[in-house]
Amino acid sequence: MNARALPLYATIAIFLVAYLLCWLQFPNILSTRVIGNLLTDNAYLGIVAVGMTLVILSGGIDLSVGSVIAFSGVFIAVLLRDTSLHPLVVFALLLALTTTFGAAMGFLIDRLAMPAFIVTLAGMFLARGAAYMLSIDSVPIQHPFYETLQRAYWLMPGKGRLTLIGVTMLATVLAGMILAHRTRFGTSLYALGGGEATARLMGVRQGRTTMLVYAFSGLMAGLSGIVFSVYTGSGYSLATVGTELTAIAAVVIGGTLLTGGAGYVFGTLVGVLTMGLIQTYIVFDGTLSSWWTKIVIGVLLLLFILLQNGLVKLSRSRLAGDAA
Amino acid sequence: MPLLKRLAPQLIALAALALLVTLVFPGFLNISVNDGRLVGPVIDVLKRVAPVALLATGMTLVIATRGIDLSVGTIMAICGAFAAWAIAGGWGLVPALLLALGAGALAGLWNGALVAVVGIQPFVATLILMTMGRGIAQLITEGRILTFTNPGFAFFGSGTFLGLPFPAWLWLATGIGAALLMRRTALGLLIEAIGINRRASALAGVNATVLLIAVYIASGLCAALAGIVVTADIRGADANNAGLWLELDAILAVVIGGNSLLGGRFSILASLLGALIIQTIDTGILLAGFPSEYNLVIKAGLVLVILILQSPRIAAEWRVWRDTRTAPQPAAGARP
Amino acid sequence: MLLSIRSLTKTFPGTRALDAVDFDLAAGEVHALLGENGAGKSTLIKCLTGAYLRDGGTITLDAAPIDPKSTVEAQDLGIGTVYQEVNLLPNLTVAQNLIFGREPRRFGLIDNRAMRAEARAMLAQYGLDIDVSRDLGSYSVAIQQIIAIARAVALSGKVLILDEPTASLDAREVQMVFEVVRGLRARGLGIIFVSHFLDQVFELSDRITVLRNGRKITTERTADLDRMALIEHMLGRALEDEILHPAPEAAAEHAPLLEFQGFGRNGMIAPFDLKIGAGEVVGLAGLLGAGRTESAQLMFGTPPAQDGTARDGSGPLDLHSPRAAIAAGFGFVPEDRKTDGIIADLSIRENIILGLQARQGWARPIPRAEQNRLADDFIRRLDIRTSGREKPIGELSGGNQQKAVLARWLAMNPRFLILDEPTRGIDVGAHAEILRLIHDLTDAGMSLLVISSEIDELVAVADRVIVVRDRRHVAELTGPRVTADAIMRAIATPEEAA
Repeated sequence: MNARALPLYATIAIFLVAYLLCWLQFPNILSTRVIGNLLTDNAYLGIVAVGMTLVILSGGIDLSVGSVIAFSGVFIAVLLRDTSLHPLVVFALLLALTTTFGAAMGFLIDRLAMPAFIVTLAGMFLARGAAYMLSIDSVPIQHPFYETLQRAYWLMPGKGRLTLIGVTMLATVLAGMILAHRTRFGTSLYALGGGEATARLMGVRQGRTTMLVYAFSGLMAGLSGIVFSVYTGSGYSLATVGTELTAIAAVVIGGTLLTGGAGYVFGTLVGVLTMGLIQTYIVFDGTLSSWWTKIVIGVLLLLFILLQNGLVKLSRSRLAGDAA
Repeated sequence: MPLLKRLAPQLIALAALALLVTLVFPGFLNISVNDGRLVGPVIDVLKRVAPVALLATGMTLVIATRGIDLSVGTIMAICGAFAAWAIAGGWGLVPALLLALGAGALAGLWNGALVAVVGIQPFVATLILMTMGRGIAQLITEGRILTFTNPGFAFFGSGTFLGLPFPAWLWLATGIGAALLMRRTALGLLIEAIGINRRASALAGVNATVLLIAVYIASGLCAALAGIVVTADIRGADANNAGLWLELDAILAVVIGGNSLLGGRFSILASLLGALIIQTIDTGILLAGFPSEYNLVIKAGLVLVILILQSPRIAAEWRVWRDTRTAPQPAAGARP
Repeated sequence: MLLSIRSLTKTFPGTRALDAVDFDLAAGEVHALLGENGAGKSTLIKCLTGAYLRDGGTITLDAAPIDPKSTVEAQDLGIGTVYQEVNLLPNLTVAQNLIFGREPRRFGLIDNRAMRAEARAMLAQYGLDIDVSRDLGSYSVAIQQIIAIARAVALSGKVLILDEPTASLDAREVQMVFEVVRGLRARGLGIIFVSHFLDQVFELSDRITVLRNGRKITTERTADLDRMALIEHMLGRALEDEILHPAPEAAAEHAPLLEFQGFGRNGMIAPFDLKIGAGEVVGLAGLLGAGRTESAQLMFGTPPAQDGTARDGSGPLDLHSPRAAIAAGFGFVPEDRKTDGIIADLSIRENIILGLQARQGWARPIPRAEQNRLADDFIRRLDIRTSGREKPIGELSGGNQQKAVLARWLAMNPRFLILDEPTRGIDVGAHAEILRLIHDLTDAGMSLLVISSEIDELVAVADRVIVVRDRRHVAELTGPRVTADAIMRAIATPEEAA
C-alpha cells in the first residue's frame, strides 16, 4: 500500500464512521433526502474545492476564491437586472472573466516569484472590491431561466432530490479527477508540487502550468459562483466570506498535502461531504450550536496536517535508514 | 541619520497622501480642542489605526523570522470574547484584561510550537487557528454579540488621555516600546539573524527555537491588545466580525513598511507608518466622498505595486539589464 | 570518440573554475572523473549538461559540435545525467517518473495501463521487476537510482553522466547499480563516472581523468594507475618534496584538555576515541566523504552523538546541541560558509559579534562602542578587506567571509576550536594568513581540530593527524610520523572488505 494514499483512506474511514455514528443516533440521516440535500447544500463548496485541490497539488494556494464567488453572484445579478442578456450569455462572460483573472494571478506568481498566498491575497481584495463596486446591497435574481435551473432535479427513490447543481458538483469532481490523474497537465501539477527544480529538470513548463492551474481555479470559482447564485437566488457582495478557508480545509481533510505534490481529487469530495455531514448532524441535533462546525473542522484540519507531517518525516527517516 | 533614511519612503508617502486628501477635503488637517479633547480627522486616523498598528507590530517580528501569522484576526476575536465574557461575568477590569492577554499569549504559544517544534510551515500552522478561532470565540460568546457596561473597560476603546484617544496612546506605546526593546537589547539582531539564516544562527549559538516561539507569542499578545481595543470600542464582543480581514491589513502594513516577506531586516516604526498609510487611505476615501467600496481595490493595487518592487526575480532581471554583460545563468539544472 | 571536449574554460567572479580542460569519452567506456572539492568536476559536468554556459572551448558529440543551453536540451542531444540525490519525483509513481513527458494517450487521456506496461518493459532491460504503480519514494535509494538511470538512458541514450551515484548506497546496492552500468557499457554507451570512492573507481572504470584546481592533471588507463599515484595526482604533490613537520619534539608536551570516548552516531561515523591536549593542533585527514566533517559535527552537537562520552579535567561535558557545546568552550567554523557560516544580509560587525551576543543572552546587549571596537580589531588583526565594518558580509569575497566567521569564534575565545576546511575556496594570500593565524592561536593556548583535504596544510600545522576512511578513524600519526607520505599511505590503504 502506498503510504501517500493513507490520508485518503483515513478520510474515507472518518466519513463512514461519522456517518455510522450519526445514523445510530438519527436513523433518518441515512436517506436519499439527506444525501440529496448534502450534495445540493455543498455544491458550490465542492466545485471551488476541486479547483483549490489542483492548485494545492501544484504547491500553491488560492485565497481569492471566496471573493470571486461573491463577485460572480453580484455580476450575474446586476447584468440580469440591467441588461436583457440571456443568463447563458452572462455565464459565458463571467467564466471568461474569472478564468482570465485566475490566469493573471498565476502569471504574476510565476513572473514575480512571490509566494502565492500574497498574490492571491491581492486578488481577494480586488475581487471583493469589484463586487462592492457593482453593488453593496443584495441583488435578487428574477429570471424564468433561473427558476428552471432551481427546479431542475431528479427524484431519487425515497423522495430525495438530486438537484442540477448537485449533479454539476459531481460532474466537476469527475472532471477534476480526470484532469489530475489522467492528463499530462495533471502529472505536471504533481511534479511541481513534488519539487519545482526537479520538475523543471524533467521538462515541466513551470510558467505555463502555473498560469493554467490558477486559470482553472478561477474557472471553478466562477462556476461555483453561478451555482451559488442559483442556490441563493441572489447576488450579494458580502457573501461567502472565508469560503477560501473552508475550501482549503476540505482539501486538507480530503487527504491532500497542503504543501503540494500528494493527494486525490476524490478525497476532496469526501472532505466536503464530511464537513457537510457535521453541519447536518448539528441541524439534526438541534441543541448544538453552529460554531461547533468550525471547531470540529479546525480539529480535523490539525489532525490531517499532523498526520501528513508525520508521514513526510517517516518517509524521510526511512530513506535515511536505507542509506545507512 | 540612518533611522530617518530608513523611514523616508514611508514618511514621504504618508505626507503626500495627507496632502492629496487635504486637496480633496480641505479640512483634513484641522484639529480643534473640544472639551479637553483633540478632535479632527487626523485624530480620528490615530484612533482608528490602533488595531492594525498593534497587529502590525507583532506581525513585523513574525515576518522578520521569515514567517507569517494568519491567525491574528481570529485571536483578536477570541481575546475580545474572553474580555467581554469576564467583564459581563463580573470579574472586574484587571482580571478581564489579564485573561484576554493570557489567551493571546496561549494562542501565540500554540502557533509558535507548531512552527518551531513540530516544524510545520508558518502559513499552514497559523491557518489552523485562523479556521477554528472564530468557532472558539463564538463558543465563548455563545454566538451572540456579548455586550457589557464597564466604563473602565470601555476607556480602552473610546477613552481620552491627555487629549488624545486612549487607543492612540496604546498603539504608540506598544509599537515604540517594542521597537525600543528590539534595538536596546540584542533581540532585534538575533531575530534578524534567524530570519536570514536559521541554520547558521543556530550553529553560532542563537537559540532559534525559543526565539521563534517568543515571536509568535508577541504576535498573539499584540492581537490580544487589538482585540481589547475593538471590544472596548463597541462595548461588545462580536465573534464573527471582530478582526475580520485585519490579518491582511497587518501584513499589508508590514510590507508597506518596506519589510521583506522573505525575512531579515525589519523596522517596527516603518510598519507603524505603513498602518497609518492604510488608515489614511481608508479615512481619506471616506472624507473625499468616494464610496468605501474603493478601499479594497486600492489596497489590492498597493499590494501589487509592493510585490513588484520586492520581487526577487524582477530585481534579478533589473540587475541583468543594468549590467548588460551576461551573468552566469541561474543554474537551471544546478544541484542544490 | 563519442564525446570530446577541447580547452573548456569557465570563469566565475574571482575564480577560474575550469582552465582549458580537455576530456575524451569513447563509446563503450566508463571514464572516471576525479578530483577533490573545487577541482572543477561539477563545473565540467554542468557545462556538459547545459546548466552552465561555458566561456570558451568546444564540445563535440558524434563528431558534431554541440552547445547545450539547458539540461533538457542536453538530454535531447543525447547526454543524460544521474545525480547523487535522485533527481526524480518521489511523490509520483515509478511508471510516471519513467515515462514523464512521453505518456501514451488514448482518446486524449493518459493510458495508465499502457504506461505501466512500457515502464515494466523498460525496467526489465535492467533486470528489475517491481510494482511500477507504487510511489518512487517507497523504494530504496538503489532502486531509485536504477530507475533514474533507466530514464536518463531512455531519453538521451548516448552519454550517461553518473555524478556520485553511489554516495548513499550500501555495498550490495552498489553492486546492483554497477551491474546496470556494466550492461550499459556493453550496449555501447559512453559513461562518465564521478565518485569519491576510489575502490569503486578502480572496480568499474576503464580510464581515469584527474582534475585539480580547474586544470586537467592526467588521463590514464585505470589498469596503468596505482592507488598511490592516483592520490598524488588528486592531492597535488609528489612524495619527494617532503615538507618538514614544524614541531615534532613538542608534540608530547600538551597537557590533556578533552577526551572523547566511543563517540559516534549511526550512519555518520563509527565510535571513536580522541584526546585533545591544551594548545594542541589535531588534524583530521581523509578523502571527501570519509567522515571528517561528521566527526566534527558530533563534537559540536549537530546532531548529538548517540554513543560515547566527552569529558574534560573537571568531569563529563554536555554536548547535545551547539549551544551546549559553546557553553563547554567549543567553537566550530563550518565548511560551507554560505549555508552554515555567514548571515549574508547582516553587516560584518553583526556577524562578528553574533556568537558572543548569543552567549551573553538577548537582555545584555554588547554596547555599540564595544561592538565597533571588536569588529575593527578583528578586521585589522585578520586583515579582512572591506570598505567598512557596516558592509553586508554577503558582499565580501570568500576568503574575507571566512575570516569574519573565524573572527566570530575568536571573539568568544573558545578553548577548543574546530576548523572545517578553513582554507577552502580562498585565494593564496588569504590561505597563508589563515595558516599563520592557526599558529598564533595555539601559541595563545587554544586547542584546534583542523579538517583539511590539503595534506601539506595538515603537515604544516598539526601536531597529530587522525586519518578517517569509510566513516571510521583508522590511523593516528604523532610527532615525527606526521608526514605527507604517511598520511597518504593511511588514506590509500585499500579497504579490507568492499
